Amino acid sequence: MAQHKINYTQNGGLPVALTSMDKVVNWGRSNSLWAMTYGLACCGIEMMAAGASRYDFDRFGTIFRASPRQSDVMIVAGTLTKKHSEFIKRLYDQMTEPRWVISMGSCANTGGMFNTYATVQGVDRIIPVDLYLPGCAPRPETLQYGVMLLQKKIRANKASRAQKPKRLM
Amino acid sequence: MRAYKGKGDVQAKPYYTDRYWVAPRVPKFDVESDEVFSKDLEVIKSKFDVLEAFIQVEQMTVFINPDDNYKVLQLLKDELDYTQLSEMSAIDFIETRDGFEIFYQMLSMNKRKRIRIKMFIKNGAAINSVEKLFRSADWSEREVFDMFGIEANGHPFMKRILMPYDWQGYPLLKTYPLQGDEFAAWYEVDKIYGKEAREEIGPEIRDTATVDRYDSDRFARLGYEVPIGVKITGNEPKNTQNYQEEGGVFLIRKLDKDSSKVIDDPQR
Repeated sequence: MAQHKINYTQNGGLPVALTSMDKVVNWGRSNSLWAMTYGLACCGIEMMAAGASRYDFDRFGTIFRASPRQSDVMIVAGTLTKKHSEFIKRLYDQMTEPRWVISMGSCANTGGMFNTYATVQGVDRIIPVDLYLPGCAPRPETLQYGVMLLQKKIRANKASRAQKPKRLM
Repeated sequence: MRAYKGKGDVQAKPYYTDRYWVAPRVPKFDVESDEVFSKDLEVIKSKFDVLEAFIQVEQMTVFINPDDNYKVLQLLKDELDYTQLSEMSAIDFIETRDGFEIFYQMLSMNKRKRIRIKMFIKNGAAINSVEKLFRSADWSEREVFDMFGIEANGHPFMKRILMPYDWQGYPLLKTYPLQGDEFAAWYEVDKIYGKEAREEIGPEIRDTATVDRYDSDRFARLGYEVPIGVKITGNEPKNTQNYQEEGGVFLIRKLDKDSSKVIDDPQR
């Protein structure tokens, strides 16, 4: 029988990779960001375009789900009216932790040009936001870049189970 | 990067207005100048009081008493062939005349004519619902109630249509501020978190000119990041943007800008 030494931790040995739990969990989370369909206005069209074949969110593992219980990230795309504000809070509460929110476009960020009585002046008055995308409406590339930044953020943080409560404002 | 100049008061400065400008008025014509309209008006006049009638932009406007509105519209629909109610709403004249003008915009497809029926009601009075005649009045009357607070007697579902049911105030009144009263400003906070949360969440930022993009507390400028709270001078060094961390990510290939092909010919 041939005798030789096997270095298990090197390429060419056995397929073994050593890493930390944090990295594995965060790797899984960041590459299967299921987004909740939340197109409220014209930004929703750009969000749909980013999900369709030309820009193709599936490459990032981002698949749109119609249920808050199956989704990790809520992409608030469009104008949030005061009448709707209680529902966005309810849907956010129904999402399982860990959860993230991308505020897409001027209206979701600050109320945008709708400086009126019926518009919520920024979704961060209702739910905590991780990422603000500027633009009216942002191009699909911007949303793609935003998702990549969010992936980067997820990988930079600890994957411990207890998520720190986020600051609302 | 361009040097930073404060623009806080740009929107507060009033625009220049011409003091001597007089808004042009749409000319009014006699009803006799149009054959179809004068016949229609005769029929209306034979049964109801007509306060005023004239033609403007090829449409007849007829002022009637508010009590007659259902019967006048019935007459127009059944006998005069005005089969569609294309629009109805109210106009706020509370300041000058202490009341509202209600208008019904009627269309006859056969005659190819439009008539506007108008009536004046006092502030606080209700109108008769015409929902039984025209289904389109259903939502229009609810909208009038929602926006002006004018109720329609005999309507099957007299509730708000656009604003939430627990809304206070009538937004299309001229006295209603465009950016909302106190109830509107705190509506979502009060409803979701309760009044105790007002202090924590803070008032709405309504003046868009006060949103300062050089504010490093609330915004990070991609490519020119500074630590939180540090004052931005405009001379920050540019950070190169990475789509991925330096060490790379497990199983994911890192984009190498040098080895990738950049297409700079738009006519490719």
